[in-house]
Amino acid sequence: MPVDQAALDAVALSRDEYDLLLQQLGREPNEVELGMFGSLWSEHCGYKNSKPLLRLFPSGGDHILTQVGAENAGAIDIGDGLCAVMKVESHNHPSAVEPYQGAATGVGGIVRDIFAMGAYPIALLDSLRFGSFGDQQTQFLFNGVVGGIGWYGNCLGIPTVGGEVAFSEAYTGNPLVNAMCLGIAETKKLLSAKATGARNVFLLVGSDTGRDGIHGASGLASRTDPEARFEEMRPAVQVGNPFMEKLLMEACYELASEHGGWVAGLQDLGAAGLTSSVVECCAKGRSGAILNLDRVPRREPGMTAYEIMLSESQERMLVIAKREHVDDVTALFQRWELHCEPIGEVTGGHEVVIFDSGVEVARVPVEIATEPPLYRRQGVRPAELAERNAFDLASLADIAATDALPTLLRLLASPNIASKRGVYRTYDHQVLNGTVTPPGGDAAVVRVAGTGRGLALTTDCNARLCYLDPYAGGAAAVAEAARNVVCTGATPVAITDCLNFGNPEKLEVAYQLEQCIRGIAEACLQFDTPVVSGNVSLYNESRGRAIYPTPVIGMLGILDDVSRHLIAGFPAADRQVYLLGGLVEQETGALSGSEYLEVVHQRVAGLPSVDLVAERRLQRVVLQAHREGLLASAHDCSDGGLAVALAECAILGGHGFHGEAAVSGRLDAALFGEAQGRIIVALAAHADADRLVTLAGELSVPCTRIGVTAAGESFSFDSISTDVGTLRKAYEALV
Amino acid sequence: MRLQRSADGLRAVRDCAPCTGYHTIMRFAIVRFPGTWSDRDTYHALHDVLGHEAEIIWHRTTDLARFDAVVLPGGFSYGDYLRSGAIARFSPVMEAVVDFAEAGKPVIGICNGFQILCESGLLPGALIRNESLQFRCEWGFLRRDGGATPWADGIAPGEVLRIPISHGEGNYQADADTLAMLESEGRVIFHYCDARGDATPASNPNGSVNNIAGIINPRGNVLGMMPHPERAPEELLGGTDGNRIWQSVIASRLTIIG
Repeated sequence: MPVDQAALDAVALSRDEYDLLLQQLGREPNEVELGMFGSLWSEHCGYKNSKPLLRLFPSGGDHILTQVGAENAGAIDIGDGLCAVMKVESHNHPSAVEPYQGAATGVGGIVRDIFAMGAYPIALLDSLRFGSFGDQQTQFLFNGVVGGIGWYGNCLGIPTVGGEVAFSEAYTGNPLVNAMCLGIAETKKLLSAKATGARNVFLLVGSDTGRDGIHGASGLASRTDPEARFEEMRPAVQVGNPFMEKLLMEACYELASEHGGWVAGLQDLGAAGLTSSVVECCAKGRSGAILNLDRVPRREPGMTAYEIMLSESQERMLVIAKREHVDDVTALFQRWELHCEPIGEVTGGHEVVIFDSGVEVARVPVEIATEPPLYRRQGVRPAELAERNAFDLASLADIAATDALPTLLRLLASPNIASKRGVYRTYDHQVLNGTVTPPGGDAAVVRVAGTGRGLALTTDCNARLCYLDPYAGGAAAVAEAARNVVCTGATPVAITDCLNFGNPEKLEVAYQLEQCIRGIAEACLQFDTPVVSGNVSLYNESRGRAIYPTPVIGMLGILDDVSRHLIAGFPAADRQVYLLGGLVEQETGALSGSEYLEVVHQRVAGLPSVDLVAERRLQRVVLQAHREGLLASAHDCSDGGLAVALAECAILGGHGFHGEAAVSGRLDAALFGEAQGRIIVALAAHADADRLVTLAGELSVPCTRIGVTAAGESFSFDSISTDVGTLRKAYEALV
Repeated sequence: MRLQRSADGLRAVRDCAPCTGYHTIMRFAIVRFPGTWSDRDTYHALHDVLGHEAEIIWHRTTDLARFDAVVLPGGFSYGDYLRSGAIARFSPVMEAVVDFAEAGKPVIGICNGFQILCESGLLPGALIRNESLQFRCEWGFLRRDGGATPWADGIAPGEVLRIPISHGEGNYQADADTLAMLESEGRVIFHYCDARGDATPASNPNGSVNNIAGIINPRGNVLGMMPHPERAPEELLGGTDGNRIWQSVIASRLTIIG
């Protein structure tokens, strides 16, 4: 059967890739096989453009229990025989096409990755990017995405404890929807996504298989759409059923926590459905499979083998049951009122052989299917950066003292900085009785039931910095995540990452990808936070323009005593406030890539810099000071700079502030510059301020007393004089 | 630990910090429908925090004889498909819950549980979509009003509790006659209010008529409420006011001994 270009386009394979496949296979693939290879060799499943670069990440460590990519998510030892299991994943393309279901099924997918490991999911975070705030299309996408996340997560009963929402023209037509989930398991009860043990049985549980989501992996997520045909691809978006997922989650957790010995492995069905699920767990288990498609429960008659193998119908799991416990496992799922069908067996061979109505319809060698060609491109620094990096920030007029307050209010009300309470109050962030620090602060804090411990969780990425300097931006994303974790009093331990980029076949995008990865890798080494899991989403473009490079970092930190966590807001009146890690006075370079520069001067320019050594020292000082009981609150200086951060401390804590610093240099840089690596702390009652100064001095960390918290509403800092109510009104502009 | 003989057999008795003195340990049934998610939180509040016996029971259970009180917790039973609580009311356990309630024993429905009680006819009225058309999860205030009920007799009239809500369909509605009856018979036990106890429009999170947050049946043993007392069990989670409701029903069964 000669294969024409249209057939290859349908499965997103290039002619060269097809020729390579012919050579490896030694024959022409049939239609079913071609669909399966196309999906497995897609960027989404095969990571063919990113795998060589991902090897740059530091990944192991004493407390890391999994190898990256070997399982559905990464597991980290958190003591007491427990582990945290986490991962972040994108659902950008489906959300661009159908925001509500796209975002909802993104949540569903990441949650399945976590309970496939045998963990119980206890927290969700969502990192979202949309086009310009005022834009009508942005409003449509925003409402759909937020609605879909809330619907799915709320129905599941997993709290959404944090995340980010940012807006920029760069995401017009291509929003980013990254969902992170964290679960807890007893380490010895972790399950693996491996198909092992010949004659063990593949049980397909959960929803019936329908015609939805076919070509989601190869068609939607692995190429760009130059002719804006995404509209036509709406049927490639899956439709979610969170109620079904809730039952699946409870049943799988019962299976893992009480009857782990009944199964050889557990795997979710995500991108490329049954194809990737079966082939990948055979690859991990060094085994093969025989499948009988007649046993797959279907939503409608007349489905072809091709459709069944590539359907991305949601809420399905694949259990590899030990053959002597098939009846036990089936009874367990039936008790949860779920379908459970044996669809095949593990074999000792290295092929997945598929039968439909007794006829062999596909024979796929596991090794070929899971080893797509890898591409490593020598990137080129985007030409437009030279001008932006060289822009003379000092040529901009400084703000007048009288403009300081209006500018602060304008920044507080800017959609990127303003309170996201209007979003997170539509998410259940309390269920499971573990949320100690709800959304709205730096990192969320959840407690680990049955222990005194807490976990700090955050997602961060300043994409403007990544655009202006991908290396510094990648490093800064990790540094900021670590800083947010440290601001709760927790020690950073690991990250998961979601790399959102444009079309990697463009050399400028290849450059951004490589440089961001190098920056992240360097920062992870510096902070001793290995990468335990992650996801790559490429081809994020609309109308030929790539998004900002956006490597979202999800970080986990551990608090030994959750009752001793720090909060972001000022805790009480008459507490001394210090700025650690940098000075109030800043050069104009601090305005590089700042929110101020974009909001006030409509510019994205400058050359951001990050000092990882200084950042690490800062974080050590804050953690030591907290250990010694010196601190009551800590808040990181990031978007909007020092003035915005101080205002947030006052708003969140409900206490006033009187600043004592007087700026003599550039007022805009001091108030709104975004110099990295700075944390505002308020001291605990009766804390010894000299001890903090000594601790900082020992590690050469700048430490400046900048004021004192006040009873009542009054707020003053340098030329700004106002009250907390006025600040709050601006900050709650979007609520 | 001491033993006490009572009408329904031997019970363990012990010193319980949140209550004063000794009392009978109550045994709560927490009903888990497919899709329920406040079951574990309710168990945590009743068992881990307050030291009572609690058992999460599957919705196919039909025997509630061994329990002293029944909790229909929050969640999305059957995914809220068709209408919140509309399918769960046909669960096998509901017949037993109705019998339990008719025997005068304490039953509470929280959030989705309140919706199920309305659907099953144990309480009047209905809960429709929030006026904002959005799900809302946030802390709010409730004022204790109305007459006697074991679920709130330990809370003084006019007292204000701080307890979170978490729902998309908590907008209580009933016809004018029913409303007049509920208010005049003292069956509205909680009104949404502000921190000072004023039931203002701004303190109404979902558009409920008359700021109604919780109501009882004529006999007072069945309470339905939208806010989640089980989410306010410890200071670490933001407050302990939720325990007041559990402590009320526990106190109603209090047996002082020795």
